[in-house]
Amino acid sequence: MMRAVLVATLLALTGCAATAERDRRDPFEPFNRGVYRFNEAVDDVVARPVATAYRDLVPEPVRDRVRNFFSNIGDVFIGVNNILQGKFYDGFEDWMRVVFNTTFGVFGLHDVASDMGIEKRNEDFGQTFGWWGFGPGPYLVLPLLGSSTVRDGIGTGFDLYFDPVAEVRPTRARNALVALRVTGTRADLLDASRLLEQAALDKYVFQRDAYLQRRRSLVYDGRPPRERYEDFEDNPRK
Amino acid sequence: MTNPMNIGFGRAWLAAALLAVAATGAVADEPRREAPDALVRSVTDEVVALISKDKEIRGGNRARLLEVIEAKVLPHFNFAAMTALAMGQSWRQASPEQRKHLVAEFSTLLVRTYASALAAYSDQRFEYRPLRARPTDTDVTVSVRVLQSGAQPLAIDYSMEKTGSGWKVYDVMVGGVSLVANYRTEFNNTVRASGIDGLLKDLQAKNRAGEPPPAPGRQ
Repeated sequence: MMRAVLVATLLALTGCAATAERDRRDPFEPFNRGVYRFNEAVDDVVARPVATAYRDLVPEPVRDRVRNFFSNIGDVFIGVNNILQGKFYDGFEDWMRVVFNTTFGVFGLHDVASDMGIEKRNEDFGQTFGWWGFGPGPYLVLPLLGSSTVRDGIGTGFDLYFDPVAEVRPTRARNALVALRVTGTRADLLDASRLLEQAALDKYVFQRDAYLQRRRSLVYDGRPPRERYEDFEDNPRK
Repeated sequence: MTNPMNIGFGRAWLAAALLAVAATGAVADEPRREAPDALVRSVTDEVVALISKDKEIRGGNRARLLEVIEAKVLPHFNFAAMTALAMGQSWRQASPEQRKHLVAEFSTLLVRTYASALAAYSDQRFEYRPLRARPTDTDVTVSVRVLQSGAQPLAIDYSMEKTGSGWKVYDVMVGGVSLVANYRTEFNNTVRASGIDGLLKDLQAKNRAGEPPPAPGRQ
């Protein structure tokens, strides 16, 4: 599996120089760019203005508590995914976080577990499939959800299916919670999206490549097999 | 009497000259300098202290922020290496003249991006990881983590190599995303479509568009 991933990555990173117009990792680029434009339009008109207002109007301690609250709910399935990846110790630690944060942290409003040294992790079903050996497949831009791949898109389907917030009733309360979570998440990304504007020549390409690198890193829990530039055949400094 | 320091400096000069020829991080005896992890830590602490004290920077003065970065951070980056790595095989096609301009434009872009990232700084805490390297290593990764409430700590990894003039950063990884690798596709696409000069033109246009610093607070 390691070799397959390595070969795929090498192909992805070096092969793009050889193939003519289209990136091998992104065979649906024209379609994806269309969805990307749609998402940008929605972001310009709704998501970013609302998130900016939220950040400007709501004091930081309150926003921290909102983030902590949803983060605590998320830890339940972060633990499940760690167990599914055979990382039992990590999974139990994630659940310990839920126990401490829900009780001493008052329904998760305070991240006391982090203060105690039990660190937050980042897992989801897409990463679990990656850990099991599934490659990312073609890059996809999903409507409203943004950057994904075939594997991570299926993973997101599972994430949403098991999302505890979706079970909240009455429906109106659920919708309010979902809206608050999305707003908070987008507000946390305001700096990142400004950075993207500043850094990228072509935002679509820059975001895609960053997403694919990031997900690869996450699948390996921040320690992907090393790719030294020296290993690339086209390293100009060799 | 021979001062051992002088011998050391002589060697360092020799090393610098060799490096200039070879343009790679060759191993050479040289006087002990600040270790790479200590360097990252002292520069980070110094810059963070400067920007959190400076009222003008806090108020959104981009020119002042760029000044601080140029004085404190730039000397520790190897922009020629970063440009070469971001260009990949296209670097070989570039003439010395083109290379000079590419390095200049790309470093401007990177510095502005760095400034945007720093402008977003708001009292996050840093955690420095112990460096796992042998004393003889000439290529190391220095890891810093940014702690944030209700989120996984964000890893920032500096790839550094030893040169005749101290340790230099040649790549920055943020959350597992290599900045240099991330420009590869963009650069390759542009070079394939419109050549090295096309890429230069794009970079210049991008940098000129970013010229008037955006009003503070705007996204």
